[in-house]
Amino acid sequence: MTLAASSPDTVLALIGNPNTGKSTLFNALTGLRQKTANYPGVTVEQHTGEIELGGRAVTLVDLPGAYSLAAQSPDEMVAIDVLLGHVTDMRRPSAVLAVVDSTNLRRNLFLVTQLAELGLPLVIALNLSDVAESRGIRIDAEELGRQLGATVVPVSAARSTGLDELRAALTKAINTPPSPPLRVLPEVHAAAADLGQRLRAAGSHLQDYEVERALIDAQGIAERRFEMSAGDAFRGELARLRQQLGAGVSLAEAEATARYGLINAIVSRTEKRAPKKVTLGDRLDRITNHPVIGSILFVLVMAAVFQAVFSWATPLMDLIDGGTSAIGEWVRTLLPDGALASLVVDGVIAGVGGVIVFLPQIMILFAFIIFLEDSGYMPRVAFMVDRLMRSVGLSGQSFIPMLSSFACAVPGILATRVIPDRRDRLATILAAPFMTCSARLPVYALLIGAFVPNQHYLGGMVNLQGLILLALYMLGILGGVLTALLLKRTVLRGPTPTFMIELPPYRLPSWRSLGLKLLERGRVFLVRAGTVIFSVAIFIWALAYFPRPAEIGATYARERESIEASALSAAEREQQLTGLSAAETSAYLEQSLLGRLGHFVAPAFAPLGWDWKLSAAVIASFPAREIVVASLGTIYSVGDQGDNLEGALRERLQTATRPDGSLVYTVPMAIGLLIFYVFCLQCAATLAVMRRETNSWRWPVFAWLYMTGLGYLGAMLVFQLGS
Amino acid sequence: MTLDELKVGQAGTITRIEGEGPLVQRLMALGLLAGSPVRITRRAIGGDPIEVEVMDYALSLRREEARRVTVVREA
Repeated sequence: MTLAASSPDTVLALIGNPNTGKSTLFNALTGLRQKTANYPGVTVEQHTGEIELGGRAVTLVDLPGAYSLAAQSPDEMVAIDVLLGHVTDMRRPSAVLAVVDSTNLRRNLFLVTQLAELGLPLVIALNLSDVAESRGIRIDAEELGRQLGATVVPVSAARSTGLDELRAALTKAINTPPSPPLRVLPEVHAAAADLGQRLRAAGSHLQDYEVERALIDAQGIAERRFEMSAGDAFRGELARLRQQLGAGVSLAEAEATARYGLINAIVSRTEKRAPKKVTLGDRLDRITNHPVIGSILFVLVMAAVFQAVFSWATPLMDLIDGGTSAIGEWVRTLLPDGALASLVVDGVIAGVGGVIVFLPQIMILFAFIIFLEDSGYMPRVAFMVDRLMRSVGLSGQSFIPMLSSFACAVPGILATRVIPDRRDRLATILAAPFMTCSARLPVYALLIGAFVPNQHYLGGMVNLQGLILLALYMLGILGGVLTALLLKRTVLRGPTPTFMIELPPYRLPSWRSLGLKLLERGRVFLVRAGTVIFSVAIFIWALAYFPRPAEIGATYARERESIEASALSAAEREQQLTGLSAAETSAYLEQSLLGRLGHFVAPAFAPLGWDWKLSAAVIASFPAREIVVASLGTIYSVGDQGDNLEGALRERLQTATRPDGSLVYTVPMAIGLLIFYVFCLQCAATLAVMRRETNSWRWPVFAWLYMTGLGYLGAMLVFQLGS
Repeated sequence: MTLDELKVGQAGTITRIEGEGPLVQRLMALGLLAGSPVRITRRAIGGDPIEVEVMDYALSLRREEARRVTVVREA
């Protein structure tokens, strides 16, 4: 082991435009030695990995993709803060590694020329060099490096070529002093340095580069920071200097003009392009972006993703389901009857099973999303549906997160990271849990099966149960869309966000990178969703198990004895014993903490037509909605009837009566219950992910109150009007 | 004329960008600035958003943003 023990001191920053293969390069350099954390106060993830350079362990920080260092949101300011060494617990980088798309040098160099001004050693990875070569683009790496004061290395992260040379260049960079920094706007830089000095003499901590950005980025984050830090003495200083330096144009325009002027000069000296050939990707592009064929293809692709998520995953899910039950039963035979056995089997094993049963669906969904992202199809989807999504106040980039949420809101919310606008992203995060996720399906299946007649119309083409299921999906979509609209009109009100995205050429993704990304996202799901669901499952188990008075056990033991001593046939005796143990379970449950809780909250749910049993089952399913099926099974003491649990439970629900003999599950009550499950946010994993992704409890708490309130009101309305 | 008025396949040169502030700064960082050659390569269904070729790459933007960009059509 040559790597240093812990917290290596040397930091290296990785930065580049979106779609340059930056994360592929990050994966290629660090492999599985990666860590994720949150930067304080923003929603950006801090992604770090470890690489070995010349026998030294160096931390590589993957900064968010950016086209410019001009930060317009706190999230974008993270790059500057890391590069200037403002982040606590992280040293200022010793060097910067800029990833550049070789097929698109011109626009990529905008950010690179900004980086070359920071006074840090700069290494440029000309990524996708193989693609550039195949298109007849030739870049003189040495000359480019001379022009920018950097070391330039052609690489292909997807094919893992040039990585040794890149490591050598990085090793050299962290061990040698930087070249003199580039100065694109020398007067602005000098003015910023002068102002910075005066500021610091007055007690501010702003660095020259922050002052420079504050000068150039009118209405940007650096300007806001300047105003907060500088104090009254410097009020008006920015405006005065802008006027003086700009000579009629904004400094932002002066910067862009000067930068692209320099870039065009550099590119004309270092790049040679063969006349454009029509590539396979171009032909594919013509088909996929054709108004008619492209739209049909789009529907087919989405249908295929859905089909795969739901049908390919089913055998695996059944396998996991069967596997966990089998392991549970096996463990039960090993342990003595009692609290420990129940904890391990009903708590731990069932809890773990409840989490990993969703893993096949989520991994299949992730695999498709990553493939579509890396191949370049995703931005085209966003392009296609932007107008449609705009009509509900969002943009094309909200489409994929919403679509993913039909499998599970957790990957959906994670997929909102591509949305640059904070308001759009929040609106999408809050709309995502309304989409009918796969955990709602078992609940719908149970209730629809029990209370909607299996009627056919139009000669069997339309089925009433199917229609109701479709209506529930629609209701969820409607709820999400209206929520997004409402939020964008009120608390998330703001200027219409822009939709400026690059449509990169199609490319074949690297399987290695795809695999690594898939592993990482699967891990994130297991850690974030898994730990929450698991711990809450144990908590609910404890509520349902304790207390355990001895009298109940004694009563049922006596009855069991009398049945065993009776003159019944073996089959009848077996049947009575099964019924008896089911009754025992529900007797325990009624006086358990959960049962008491059910009785306690039942009055609150009475306007919805629920009794204490249903109330207890619903309360138990707040951590994960699909739990309601199992808890109803326990409460109605269906017992262990294996595969037929659902059929037996359906019957129990249909015949459940109140003490006065009236039916509990009337049609209005059952429909109200369905509506409750459409809206109510019964998913601890979603709440935990919302908390992580928004970096505050405010939004998950709001979402929970709002969605639960909607579910309650909807169910009450239907029950009261229908009864 | 403005960028969104070009037809698919038509090229032009940008003469100016209307306005100031973050949006315009972003447009310019992406390469839409006075003097840049630009070409419309595609429109989504309904004509919005549009795809333009600028600085050797393909950029998608909405008509609303494209309207801020004044162009001279290539003869």
